[in-house]
Amino acid sequence: MQRIGVFVCWCGSNIAATVDVAKVVEAVRNEPGVCYAQDYQYMCSEAGQGLIKTAIKEHGLTGIVVCSCSPRMHEATFRKTAEAAGVNPYMVEIANIREHCSWIHKDKDEATEKAIILARAAIAKVNLNAPLQPGESAVVKRALVIGGGIAGLQSAIDIADAGYKVDIVEKSPTIGGKMAQLDKTFPTLDCAACILTPKMVEAAQHPNITLYTYSEVAEVKGFVGNFTVKIKKKARFVDETKCTGCAVCTEKCPSRKGLNEFNCGLNKRGAVYIPFAQAVPNVAVIDQTQCLHFKTGKCGICEKNCSAGAIKFDQQDEYLEEKYGAIVVATGFQITDVTKFDEFQYTKHPDVITSLELERIMNAAGPTKGTLLRMSNMEHPKDIVFIQCVGSRDNTARGKTYCSKICCMYTAKHAMLIREKYPDVNVHVFYIDVRTPGKNFDEFYRRAVEQYNVDYIKGMVGKVWENADGRLTVQASDLISNEQILLDTDMVVLAAAVEPSDGVKNIATMLTASIDTNNFLTEAHPKLRPVESPTAGVFLSGVCQGPKDIPETVSQAGAAAIKVVGLLAKDKLVTNPCTAGPDEMMCNGCSTCANVCPYGAIDYVDKEFRIPGGVEVRRVARVNGALCQGCGACTVACPSGAMDLKGFSNRQIMAEVDAICK
Amino acid sequence: MQVNENNEVKKEFKPLIVAFCCNWCSYAGADLAGTSRLSYPADVKIIRVPCSCRVNPMFILKAFEKGADGVIMCGCHPGDCHYSTGNYYARRRMTLLFSMLDFLGVDRARTRVEWVSAAEGQKFALVMNDFAKKIHELGENVKLGDLRCKK
Amino acid sequence: MHSSEKNMSEEIIRISGINPRQCMKCGKCSATCPAFDEMEYHPHQFVSMIVNGKINKLLESESIWKCLSCFACVERCPRSVEPAKLIEAVRVSVLRKKGANYLSPDEIPGKLDPELPQQAIASAFRKYSK
Repeated sequence: MQRIGVFVCWCGSNIAATVDVAKVVEAVRNEPGVCYAQDYQYMCSEAGQGLIKTAIKEHGLTGIVVCSCSPRMHEATFRKTAEAAGVNPYMVEIANIREHCSWIHKDKDEATEKAIILARAAIAKVNLNAPLQPGESAVVKRALVIGGGIAGLQSAIDIADAGYKVDIVEKSPTIGGKMAQLDKTFPTLDCAACILTPKMVEAAQHPNITLYTYSEVAEVKGFVGNFTVKIKKKARFVDETKCTGCAVCTEKCPSRKGLNEFNCGLNKRGAVYIPFAQAVPNVAVIDQTQCLHFKTGKCGICEKNCSAGAIKFDQQDEYLEEKYGAIVVATGFQITDVTKFDEFQYTKHPDVITSLELERIMNAAGPTKGTLLRMSNMEHPKDIVFIQCVGSRDNTARGKTYCSKICCMYTAKHAMLIREKYPDVNVHVFYIDVRTPGKNFDEFYRRAVEQYNVDYIKGMVGKVWENADGRLTVQASDLISNEQILLDTDMVVLAAAVEPSDGVKNIATMLTASIDTNNFLTEAHPKLRPVESPTAGVFLSGVCQGPKDIPETVSQAGAAAIKVVGLLAKDKLVTNPCTAGPDEMMCNGCSTCANVCPYGAIDYVDKEFRIPGGVEVRRVARVNGALCQGCGACTVACPSGAMDLKGFSNRQIMAEVDAICK
Repeated sequence: MQVNENNEVKKEFKPLIVAFCCNWCSYAGADLAGTSRLSYPADVKIIRVPCSCRVNPMFILKAFEKGADGVIMCGCHPGDCHYSTGNYYARRRMTLLFSMLDFLGVDRARTRVEWVSAAEGQKFALVMNDFAKKIHELGENVKLGDLRCKK
Repeated sequence: MHSSEKNMSEEIIRISGINPRQCMKCGKCSATCPAFDEMEYHPHQFVSMIVNGKINKLLESESIWKCLSCFACVERCPRSVEPAKLIEAVRVSVLRKKGANYLSPDEIPGKLDPELPQQAIASAFRKYSK
């Protein structure tokens, strides 16, 4: 039997004006278990807390009920008070007689009656409370970053600078991501490679960072502070330790059919290739689908020409396993498939390109060595049309409902760069809205219009077709002059929507991190916890969480890093003791609870049980206290009623119901 | 109080309403209703649960058995659950339970599921006023009997 | 805005079964429309006139009969507003309201043209008569 003390707070006049506090004290005095009851003006004050401590000592109290404000306000306060006086903090229950009673009712009798009932419910619950001990779990002082673009690199460098080991897993043969493909960056027009490549080198040379390029996350087990991750290192067929990056093999390779991914497939590369000159690591990779050696078993020219002896045709995929305390997801984005929008002739005409392709055409390392040329005939264009919102803000099956956020700015950038370099080229931009929130962003866009005479037309392009002379005609609406216009042009550039990378769904499933309907990873709280996933120990960096530009990505990457550092700096994690647990005698191992658990906190073990005349081995549920967040979904799902939640047990809630309905 | 022809004192019907509120949204919404001094009948008594998915249909049946006239369950809006998916489970369970209530002889109108966020103090008060009014109109509930063997 | 005009507008929205308030005024419908130059009011204007309840001008306009029902706007509208369906609803409501058909069977022979596909005649007759 508990020895319960009930403490009724006046909260000045906040409670006492509408609730007859003395009457509440008298009414609860004879409740089962109650051996002490008292009221006081301000329970949460130093003196009020002192009162509770004294009563605990003098009356040997084992349970505390405080009738006061909302537990969201002072539950933590009173739990600490109890703990200081030697009572387990989870033996405290709050009856909310302020927010749920005195503040909303005017009739004193009515309010007093309700306060008494609420107090009785709390007493009934405390009678069934059990002392709970928060668990502890160790933290592995190592972080994993999935994705080696600017988001992943920034997060990794920040974590590594704080003194923790970081591994970066990147699926392509080099780090750098989408930013490496960009020519210039808005709104300052500085060259992307000039600011990115030093970061790539920094990451590669950092003593705390290990790079796993051409690798993928294959399996994730464990929980916050203690993840076990299996990493698949895909076979490069090149020994990374021997390859010097001399690129002789890439020149000698006779296979020339592979599309150059780095240049968005605008030109070809050899079967053995280095993605781009500044690739990190600067190591070749063999594309097995293109290599003549793998296709015909002959060739082997690269092997003969490699002075370092780095070509290894017999290399196999490798798996390695590592433990991590925290995981940063920085899987980034891809451009949506524009072949769905056949009114723009993307698949039919080489002069209809995406903005990322234009980025490559404008880049000195690109397929045209930085000269703006039509891909159809390699001639200088006279007119260029930009079409905004291709696939963005589109609620049909073809598109994405969201705004891709970066297109308005990069289109202004492209328009400006073209007008700067080639003043003879007419640039037309068809827009629905120009969205430029950001520091110096609108000024940048206005410069394109005012200083560079870029022709911004409000309206959408309806269709594009090829003329007899090979040029293109664009049929569009000009909503300001309320006309339908036909415009002859040499090139059409589509500002295609950004979408999360294909692999993110798979990664989210492995991490039990949630994703939204657009496959963007969800944050734990849209405003207050924007870089944390609802899954503890998983953090979000960059476009995998939602469309954003480079400055925003870098800030988010830094924010994710500091959250990781905050986690890794702890030696032990204290876990919430209000977790679920099965009554093993009742559990039949049916897996229903594991299926509803949003955290993957439940697994099953075979356990021996003594039965009359021997031992029986049964499969029973086991809850990982470090993972369980205490929602209680499993307790209701359990068909045999074996699962229960500490702190909110079936019996406790039933007792509250009983007390209220008495 | 009303006095009828036989001078017997007939007690005014005071319904007993149990509200299950999830800790993260609806309970906070109820707190906000209190902080904003938005009144609703004292007939409503709130029980705090971590998540709407913690509400076992048995709790609701228990309440009816013990004489509750109405039971309402409040949770976070779909998609906003603190535990990601809890309220979806709750919604399904309640749909199932409510479809069984007629069979048990309890009017379905005596139960309700509402989504109230932590910012919706006003909605909380509105919902409770409306529900209390409804229960008042329905009058006293039949008491569910516990037919299990008793010692 | 006149309230009967507004009611008419709501009725048209109901008949069409689509939600014109999803329109983000991009003008892709008008950009795509092959009958644009024939029209006094253009597809994107139909949508905003219906949303804003300025329906009388639209009902009286020849524009609604100029729509070819080619459904290019339906195909390409990024917001599922589908102007051709809206305009079909406008036509239907005009026909219902007046009880007068825009095209009667005896007018057809005079309009025939060897180039004109049979399907267009059938479609026009469906579109312009009750």
